[in-house]
Amino acid sequence: MSDAKTAQPPVVPQPKPGPGASRWEAWLPTVKETIAAVVLALLVGALLIIFSTPRVIESLAYFFSYPWDFFKFAGLAVWDAYSALLNGSLGSPGAIVRTLERAAPLICAGLGVSLAFRAGMFNIGAQGQMLVGGIVCGWIGFGFDLPIVLHFLLALAGAIVAAGLWGGIAGFLKARTGAHEVITTIMLNYVGRFLLLYFLAKEAFQRPGEDNLLSPPVADSASFPSILGVHTGFLLAVLAALLIWWLLERSTWGFEIRAVGANPDAARTAGMSVARVYITAMTAAGMLAGLAVAMQLLGRQDPLSDQIAGSIGFDAITVALLGRATPLGTVLAGILFGALSSGGLAMQAAAGVPPEMSQVLQALIVLFVAAPALIRGVFRMRGTGQGTTVMAKGW
Amino acid sequence: MGATDTIQAPSGTPVEEPRVRDRADVARQARLVITFAISLALLVYFALSIDNTTVTYVLGERVSVDDRPKELTTTWVSWGAVVVSAVALVLAALNRFPRRWAGLVLALLVGITFYLGFLMWAYADQGGAFQAAIANPIPGTMAIATPLVLGALAGCLCERAGVINIAIEGQFLAGAFFASVFTSIAYSSLVFIPVALCAPFGLLGGVVAGVGVATMLGLFALRYQVNQVVLGVVLVALASGLTAFLLGQIPGDEQDTFNNPQILEEIRIPVLADIPVLGEALFNQTILVYLMYVSVAVVTFLLFETRWGLRVRSVGEHPKAADTVGIKVNRVRWQAVLLGGVFAGLGGAYYTVGSTGAFDRDVSAGTGFIALAAVIMGRWHPIGAAFAAIFFGFMWNLQNQLSFVEKLPGELLGAAPYLATIIAVAGFVGRVRPPAADGEPYVKS
Repeated sequence: MSDAKTAQPPVVPQPKPGPGASRWEAWLPTVKETIAAVVLALLVGALLIIFSTPRVIESLAYFFSYPWDFFKFAGLAVWDAYSALLNGSLGSPGAIVRTLERAAPLICAGLGVSLAFRAGMFNIGAQGQMLVGGIVCGWIGFGFDLPIVLHFLLALAGAIVAAGLWGGIAGFLKARTGAHEVITTIMLNYVGRFLLLYFLAKEAFQRPGEDNLLSPPVADSASFPSILGVHTGFLLAVLAALLIWWLLERSTWGFEIRAVGANPDAARTAGMSVARVYITAMTAAGMLAGLAVAMQLLGRQDPLSDQIAGSIGFDAITVALLGRATPLGTVLAGILFGALSSGGLAMQAAAGVPPEMSQVLQALIVLFVAAPALIRGVFRMRGTGQGTTVMAKGW
Repeated sequence: MGATDTIQAPSGTPVEEPRVRDRADVARQARLVITFAISLALLVYFALSIDNTTVTYVLGERVSVDDRPKELTTTWVSWGAVVVSAVALVLAALNRFPRRWAGLVLALLVGITFYLGFLMWAYADQGGAFQAAIANPIPGTMAIATPLVLGALAGCLCERAGVINIAIEGQFLAGAFFASVFTSIAYSSLVFIPVALCAPFGLLGGVVAGVGVATMLGLFALRYQVNQVVLGVVLVALASGLTAFLLGQIPGDEQDTFNNPQILEEIRIPVLADIPVLGEALFNQTILVYLMYVSVAVVTFLLFETRWGLRVRSVGEHPKAADTVGIKVNRVRWQAVLLGGVFAGLGGAYYTVGSTGAFDRDVSAGTGFIALAAVIMGRWHPIGAAFAAIFFGFMWNLQNQLSFVEKLPGELLGAAPYLATIIAVAGFVGRVRPPAADGEPYVKS
């Protein structure tokens, strides 16, 4: 397998050189298309909501004699669902806190996937990296009795190191044997899950006196410091995004990552070690996933179980894609998906929309974002040439 | 390279003709020596650590009244396996390990004897009252491998035409859901379908759903030129979400009408099914398994013996050249993607009507990705992919069977098939050569 055929990052529009061309102008079409994609996904979602509401289906039976009922009930169903979505995500201070709390791990894991994208790799392994990081993080968190700041830092470091090593395996295998990271990371996800189950069956990981696969929550001395009842994980996620931005755009290592992502053969010719970039980039991606699981364990003080990563590891992929594999984009996409996730629960409670709805919406948004030609066709936008031909490369 | 250090000294006898050996050749020898050395060391350990040399076995899938466990002494099997591995190790160390077919047969022999030696150790000295017996691995292997093979065929067809299909898992889920729904509807009194046609109607549902996801794949990959790796992952998420959503839409009191399919019946092929050991497992199966056998042959024939197959491979290798001689690149790609959808949909149907019945959320449990790994391990050849799928099925079944023996921790055993995949892909497949234009959209300039 030639190294030139690796997963390419979604095209990042580069600002045009020359006087007068501002960064914002270059990004404007991308922003427009992203918003259009979200709108289109919500429209498709509205159709699903309409046809899953019993009252609307019943009104179809007499559609030709009294069509108004159908439109009224359909409108009401969509209005109920989407207003619950908005209220549940941004409607109150509590809702905003929940949204940010859900956004924080998505941003961290999403940054990991983004970083791998920039190095030309497709990291599907955030889930497994989170689980393995969680084993160490949780074990330090609830298994030891340490002073307050030290305990927190140790647990955080444990998560980052363990997840980083797990991510590094995929990078190492790709660099040394050419095994494609899509396959190895998927397999490592399963292996990581069974590893977690193995440890959860151990007595040291279970609540005293119980033997279900659930650990005690981490000690208070290991939890994130909180401000006004909100844990500071979100701030840490934003700091991580800033750090990744600096690393990617301003450091030698970041330059190597981008060079290898753009063209590994050219990077090798220029004297860069492509193997080292693969290994370090995947390790860093794993470390960010470790940060994500620390948000869950140390921030929300969730007990360690095989549900600890939820679907965050997979949502991270969609977050990174929606964020165009840039740190700022990932933060914004993470907040959007955090809002969809917390609003999705409200939508279920208030309007009876199934919880799978947010998953469908997320998938649709990314699908439409990845197909700018479709979006332009639907909304009659003028093509700018940017992003039209995404260089899609595989194995 | 440290590779030469690991080669065991060929006991003083100098090699007669110093051949020029390239690095790949040395690496091959090193790999063989290391593999056989590990195999030998483990087998010796297995043979030495058996205290009670009696194990029981049956030739059928499980112990039953007609199939009483028979006794077997482990000594011969264990040490026989040690001898085979030792011979292979010596041959590899002397660089006399045969190549091509003979090498394959010898490697297979080492693998099978290793499996037997391992089994002796795993089943000997069981503590506890319940003594598990060694059972025939073939029925379980086939049960797991059938959908994997069908999914891998879909992958082969798509990727030979230059379209990466990561969405096999999505096609499985859609196929499983709609096969269940179609079969349930057919057997319920909602529509009138003759009983004989109910099962085919259900399979048709699976096929239609598989082709449906394939249509999405084709539309976004070929028409809108979306990054195909990304697209595949998104389609899996979409299929998983949509099937779970639709499943939630079936009211509880109507589960029987919409999601309670009759499981396919087994059809016995008269003479072949009477072959000992193999017959029952291979030729007393549901129609899906027979379709799987036929599909492997059909896809191989189509791809390598027909004009259409040549076109498919040419648009996957060099679309521009194909276009130059008048082949409609995207039309051929569409055909391959849609035909692949048929097989993937059938594979998905196996998870409901072919095995357990009702659809459940994420019923295929990530096996679509294993099918994808099988495509790559089989080097984009239908027969290679089928054997890779059978290898996964075998590993999976071994893990299932060993879970009854409380000798190895169940959780780590559960990881074994996935670890085997990683080792197989990283250790033995390595840098494979995919179709040259795999994943590249063709834009006519």
